[in-house]
Amino acid sequence: MEIQYVYTKKRSEFGRQCNFSDRPAELHVDIAPNPSIAQEYIERNPVDIGIQCVQEMSEHEINTERFETGSRGINHTEGGWPKDVNPAEVEQVSRYRKKVEKDEMYINTIQQLGSIMESRIKQNNAIDIYEEYFEDIEGDLVDETPSAKTINVFRDPNEIKRTATHMSWFPDGPKKLAVAYCNLEFQGSTPDTSMESYIWDVENPNKPEMVLKPVSPLVCLEYNPKDSHILLGGCYNGQIAYWDTRKGSQPVEISPIEQSHRDPAYKTIWIQSKTGTECFSASSDGQVLWWDIRKMGEPTEKLYLDPTKKQDPTKAMGAMSLEYEPTMPTKFMVGCEQGTIMSCNRKAKTPAEKIVAQYNGHLGPVYSLQRNPFFPKNFLSVGDWKARIWSEDIRESSIMWTKQYQSYLTDGCWSPVRPSVFFITKMDGTLDVWDIIFKQNDPTLSLQVCDEPLHSIRVQEQGRLVSCGSHSGTTTLLELSDSLYSLQRNEKNLVTAMFERETRREKILDARHREMKLKERSKSSADKDKDEGENKGEGEEFNEEDLYTKAEKEFYKIIEEEKKLHERRQATKDDMDKGDKGKQSPIQEEEGEEKANGQPTNGSGGSQKYEGYP
Amino acid sequence: MSEVEETLKRIQGHRGVIGTIVVNMEGIPIRTTLDNSTTVQYAGLITQLTSKARSTVRDIDPQNDLTFLRIRSKKHEIMVAPENEYLLIVIQNPDAV
Repeated sequence: MEIQYVYTKKRSEFGRQCNFSDRPAELHVDIAPNPSIAQEYIERNPVDIGIQCVQEMSEHEINTERFETGSRGINHTEGGWPKDVNPAEVEQVSRYRKKVEKDEMYINTIQQLGSIMESRIKQNNAIDIYEEYFEDIEGDLVDETPSAKTINVFRDPNEIKRTATHMSWFPDGPKKLAVAYCNLEFQGSTPDTSMESYIWDVENPNKPEMVLKPVSPLVCLEYNPKDSHILLGGCYNGQIAYWDTRKGSQPVEISPIEQSHRDPAYKTIWIQSKTGTECFSASSDGQVLWWDIRKMGEPTEKLYLDPTKKQDPTKAMGAMSLEYEPTMPTKFMVGCEQGTIMSCNRKAKTPAEKIVAQYNGHLGPVYSLQRNPFFPKNFLSVGDWKARIWSEDIRESSIMWTKQYQSYLTDGCWSPVRPSVFFITKMDGTLDVWDIIFKQNDPTLSLQVCDEPLHSIRVQEQGRLVSCGSHSGTTTLLELSDSLYSLQRNEKNLVTAMFERETRREKILDARHREMKLKERSKSSADKDKDEGENKGEGEEFNEEDLYTKAEKEFYKIIEEEKKLHERRQATKDDMDKGDKGKQSPIQEEEGEEKANGQPTNGSGGSQKYEGYP
Repeated sequence: MSEVEETLKRIQGHRGVIGTIVVNMEGIPIRTTLDNSTTVQYAGLITQLTSKARSTVRDIDPQNDLTFLRIRSKKHEIMVAPENEYLLIVIQNPDAV
């Protein structure tokens, strides 16, 4: 059967618009049922059809554009007065009021409203419906697990990201955070890299509240604790600059290049002084310079960090961190690039005496140094893969230290409210919170703040808010859980006891160590006396060589032992294999026997590993 | 002393009452026991809030009407008695003993 319907249209009518019109229904084709075909119809039973009886769903992801909000203010003034009354004129106002007060309706209304109001006031005074029962009964202290949550993230608004090198909290309440941005990689910044640093409003991550425009990117930035309008910054080129937030983005004054540091000014700190204008800075050029922002022309004082105490600039060690405790105004400490910590006294008589003590413990630069806010005799240092706690009295070794971390540490600080809590930031982007009276082997809280290295950390004075700066310039603001910023019961005593105990332990170890050394020395000197006749002058060299051979011998002995152990193990394994496989593999059997005899076969299993050694 | 004066004085005399303000529907303070700037602020803002609250109540049910508005805050309670032409605002600290 073929159904054909032919449409015809003239060539000239192609492309014209349609002209529709009404017309009655028309029958084009009528197909009559065909009974012969109907007979061929076979019913299928059962029928298999797949049916999905759950709602079909699909998953989509959409990244909405960031919604930027801004704050606007409106100033309302008094209004609504009738046209002929000027609200500024007292007389007109009072006349209008008197007029209203004489109004019949006013009198009625007020009396009516007054009675309603009075009953409510009495109600309120009779019973406090919002009363909290059992408020003064203290509930059991619940041991909540320490935690922290991210409140805000402040990103470097520039195209080319820079590291958030240093942060400073606004001294009057946790409202603002000043962040210094700088690319610290050697010659890593291009000419289009921005030099600006920012002051952020803690509530608003969209736009910085203020822009600081230095001549060279800022490595560190510090609020003046006495005057919250003044900020001190250390530049990448070594200059020191200060800002007054009331006077705009440009620095008020900058130290002259020839008088400044020769390297990045890694740390600047305000000094406790009457005027609140004194500060000092340290840099990797080995200098510590004191300044007064009232005359920035030259530093008021200078110190070279020469460990030999000769004030020789060529031997000075570069400073990476600086410590100053306002309660000990003449003392300060410097953490050096070589891992040494120097304890200094500014008011010493001669420059050489200014370096009081040295503490060696770190294998790399000391990135952070801070005295415990409750026990200033004990201080925290962060460097290489460990954070250490020191006691001022013990110079040989730190009294406590953290485990050896897998990743490099970048910064650390004490909690300002809890003597036992300190924070550490690491290269893998985690923040570790240690509570030394709770756990000494592991941090109480380890938090992945971001996927890139963290570079800096600063805790707000109340201890609740922590800000972490990362390598690519994001500053994460974290809020700690209650227990991490509220002083625990007995905490101070426990920490005192712990520090004392550890100090004593170190002292005993130190004394023992010294005793051993002394003994060895006397013994070796006695030996020397004996040997002197035989090999004069050669003694030292010989000894050295002797040590080499001794070490070598020991090394091979260990390896031999390992080898034997390995072979024995292999042999027992092969024996078992043999039992399993029967006599199917004669070669293996032979080898196994050989090994069981304890003779090393070259090129097989265990010995191969050591082939590289002579 | 008129009865109105007496009523207002009695209200002001109750325990915990911080201030009493009478405002007309334009938001103009007629009588107040507070200083001018506070009064103006209260008058302007509370009038707006009250009219908004009233229209909300009426929108939900046209036969209903706002009779009283209590605003409980951390520091005190603001009580508003509305009427067609005037508002009586009382600020009370109910915790004051």
